[in-house]
Amino acid sequence: MEWNTTSLGRVVPAEIDGKKLTPFAGAFADPRAAAVSSERSDQRAAAAAAPSMRQTLRPIPSRGRPVKLVSGWNDLFDRLELRDGATISFHHHLRDGDRIVLEVVSRLAARGLRGLRIAPTALFPVHEGLLPFIRSGVVARVEGSMYGAIGAACSKGEIPELCVLRSHGGRQRAVQEGELVIDAAFIAAPCADPFGNANGLSGKSACGPLGYALPDSQNARKVAVITDGLVPYPCHHWSIKGANVDYVLEVESIGDSAKIVSGSTKLTRSPTQLLIADMTARFIEAAGIMKEGFSFQAGAGGISLAATVFLAERMRKAGVKASFAHGGATKVLVDLLEEGLLGSIVDLQSFDLDAALSCARDPRHIESDPFSSYGPRSAGCVANMLDVAILGATEVDLDFNVNVNTHSDGLLLHGIGGHTDAASGAGCTIITAPSFRKRIPIVRERVTTLTCPGEVVDVIVTERGIAINPARPDLIERSCRAGLPLVDLPRLMEDVRKITGIPEAPRFKDRPVALIEWRDGTVIDVVRELDL
Amino acid sequence: MSKDLFRAGSRAKSDCSVTYERNGAPLTATVSSSVGSLFGKAIAAAALRVAAEFGVMTGSFTIDDDGALDGTVAARAEASLRLAGFSRIPEAVPAQAPLADAPAAARPANARAASPRGRPRRARLYLPGDQPHLAVNAGLFGADCLVFDLEDAVVAERKFETRILVRRVLEENLMLGNCEIAVRVNPLSGPWGKDDLAEIVKARPHAIVLPKCESAADVENADREISILEEAAGVPAGSIYLMPLIETAAGALNAKEIAKASPRNVALLFGREDFSRDIGAVPVAALPGAESLLARQMIVLAARAARIDPLDSTYADVGDEEGLKASCEEARALGFAGKGVLHPAQIPIVMEAFRPTEEEVMRAEKIVAAFDAAAAEGRGAISVDGAMVDAPVAKKARGILRDYRGAL
Repeated sequence: MEWNTTSLGRVVPAEIDGKKLTPFAGAFADPRAAAVSSERSDQRAAAAAAPSMRQTLRPIPSRGRPVKLVSGWNDLFDRLELRDGATISFHHHLRDGDRIVLEVVSRLAARGLRGLRIAPTALFPVHEGLLPFIRSGVVARVEGSMYGAIGAACSKGEIPELCVLRSHGGRQRAVQEGELVIDAAFIAAPCADPFGNANGLSGKSACGPLGYALPDSQNARKVAVITDGLVPYPCHHWSIKGANVDYVLEVESIGDSAKIVSGSTKLTRSPTQLLIADMTARFIEAAGIMKEGFSFQAGAGGISLAATVFLAERMRKAGVKASFAHGGATKVLVDLLEEGLLGSIVDLQSFDLDAALSCARDPRHIESDPFSSYGPRSAGCVANMLDVAILGATEVDLDFNVNVNTHSDGLLLHGIGGHTDAASGAGCTIITAPSFRKRIPIVRERVTTLTCPGEVVDVIVTERGIAINPARPDLIERSCRAGLPLVDLPRLMEDVRKITGIPEAPRFKDRPVALIEWRDGTVIDVVRELDL
Repeated sequence: MSKDLFRAGSRAKSDCSVTYERNGAPLTATVSSSVGSLFGKAIAAAALRVAAEFGVMTGSFTIDDDGALDGTVAARAEASLRLAGFSRIPEAVPAQAPLADAPAAARPANARAASPRGRPRRARLYLPGDQPHLAVNAGLFGADCLVFDLEDAVVAERKFETRILVRRVLEENLMLGNCEIAVRVNPLSGPWGKDDLAEIVKARPHAIVLPKCESAADVENADREISILEEAAGVPAGSIYLMPLIETAAGALNAKEIAKASPRNVALLFGREDFSRDIGAVPVAALPGAESLLARQMIVLAARAARIDPLDSTYADVGDEEGLKASCEEARALGFAGKGVLHPAQIPIVMEAFRPTEEEVMRAEKIVAAFDAAAAEGRGAISVDGAMVDAPVAKKARGILRDYRGAL
């Protein structure tokens, strides 16, 4: 295997399956830009030759109403004409309540298909049921976020082909550019009409937005909508446009609605998490970010949610309103919207029922999609409009590089989500993390896996103080003036090591099991097989 | 459990269980841990170091771990060996030179800074002694005082291993910040109190909280006991403070004598739950604190007369911020100098409630300025706005400025 070295010193493969890979060259270097634009002009010249330009392959519809409704799963699979090695895609709006991924894969396995590549926008604990299909050879590759047991299986070398991890924006770009070619997109929809128009706003499995499925609906060779909420044409609100949909299948249930919206928006009781959240809110105010009309993104994790609550308290006291928050929407954000502290919510996905309901009823709660929110080849996306993004990490290092994928023991346990997209777009990127978990230090000399370069990371907030990237003297100065507890990372690392001890390094084999792709399609790092 | 198996600790978050098996084979340590690939060797080494301190060469440790720090592993290993009847070999005991007399450079890096008698004790955070994960960050939340609890928070079966754990946490002293460190031992009249003191005095906490104090004799006994232990451990005589805790009718009636019973006393504490039970009161929401009003006023008077801090009980409903705020305001109005807290989230509310008023801060500024000016001219006592100001008054004013000038 030939190798390249990225601009941050990571050694990554030069080629996989005969396809040349470009090493990461900087967050905004975009070394593939020239190639992409020439591909585009080529595509215009020879559209039919480009497999991703699916629209050109569809025959002009004949006169009258197309019949898209299929009679059952077998009817659907007969029409999809999937073969061994096909790439199938799914969205993750149904979260841990999803029934469709396992339903599709087990039915395709029963039909004798093997070597499938699955390209979900994310996987959840419920998808551990994929493991037997991975071990039996039905699934050969995962291109998408891997969570928990699936990621661990990948780390242990159990997935035969090389997997690819992309951010939400990076995945959208790969689909748009024809780099991730999807043979069939299975779009679970809480509400759909027989023509294929679909949304997630109503129906018994309502989940809020359905935007993650949008790029797949536009670019997959075949698109199937699976619904448990069939309504007459035209359904109201077309998150997914029927013009992009080939088939519609009605089923009893697409998911377990109790787990679709987990509803765990209770404020954390962990004193350490509360302390970090409080310091984060103090920093945002002290740094001058919290001013009239500002915007922010904070996830639904314990620290992020608490930071949002504390930030809102400061906004109330100071009489400041935010123009919008980007989510991952939660009840916390919905309450702020209704209180008038937020002008609007731009929402890629609802984390709880309150958010899903708000998205359905409140025009200020705007449904987004990965291209609009995070698209690397957009003319600017929602992330670019953010003044501050509050993100998490499994590790950070002395150069402010961030790992969100693996733990210090080398196990791949998390996807990237929107992390790198938000970090690259926002005016200020804050990473919140405890300085150690159990006895595992979070601040390392070098991150185990490099997901996000320190170039786009400005601030790291821990319970033992705030570290600010030396590239941001403006933030350092304002924080000093406000008397915030600043620390430098080498000192923090030493202090934490005195408490935890120094962990042993995990042992890896040479073989990469997953690529970590930067938003522009370059390879920023690899996850290697663990030597157990 | 077989007579040759001795177990301490449990596999809880940031804790571990250590089982020592007595047998004739050369000593081994087997580790199963959620952080095993990163710290497996360190965990085994921590247990084996303790075995060396105890001169134990045979047998086997089985350690079931979920991210315990080395100090916790060592505490659990020590407890298992002591249950098996081993004791520490004397030369392994740390040097006995009185620390306070040693030059700063010669002190171990983890030596605790002294805690001034007159320091503020607004918020004191109670930490169940047997939950090591709570201790790790306890110093970060801004409490004036941390109280490691060996008494009510610890069940009888865990008293033995918990006092060892707390001793080790205090000895390591890695993360306790600038807090005053106190340990609530069990009552000395009961089965555990004396063993608690024997274990804990060695680790030199700033203070011992003495529960269920009912008479001056209770305090005098503790004072005597601590003096003997201080001498044996090479701790400077009289350096460990006492905080008698009054939580019975008899204790309240004897508050005056209790407050004056020992020069070690720095604070007089009130314990509301036990007090209510003791007097047979059934508290009602409409009259919050009514059952203990007289007792608390007696404690304030006794403590203030003895020039020590009267400190109010905890507020049990951790989620009720408004209730806590009201309770703090009431305590302050009665003359208390601080309150106990059960969760770090309560600390900012208590600190806010016990902060001086703007007028007090301005007056402190005036006092310090006048006192410094007078001192420069060689005068000691002066008067500010008609009130006499001497060194102790000036010192208190400086304390107020140190803590609050920046915040206004």
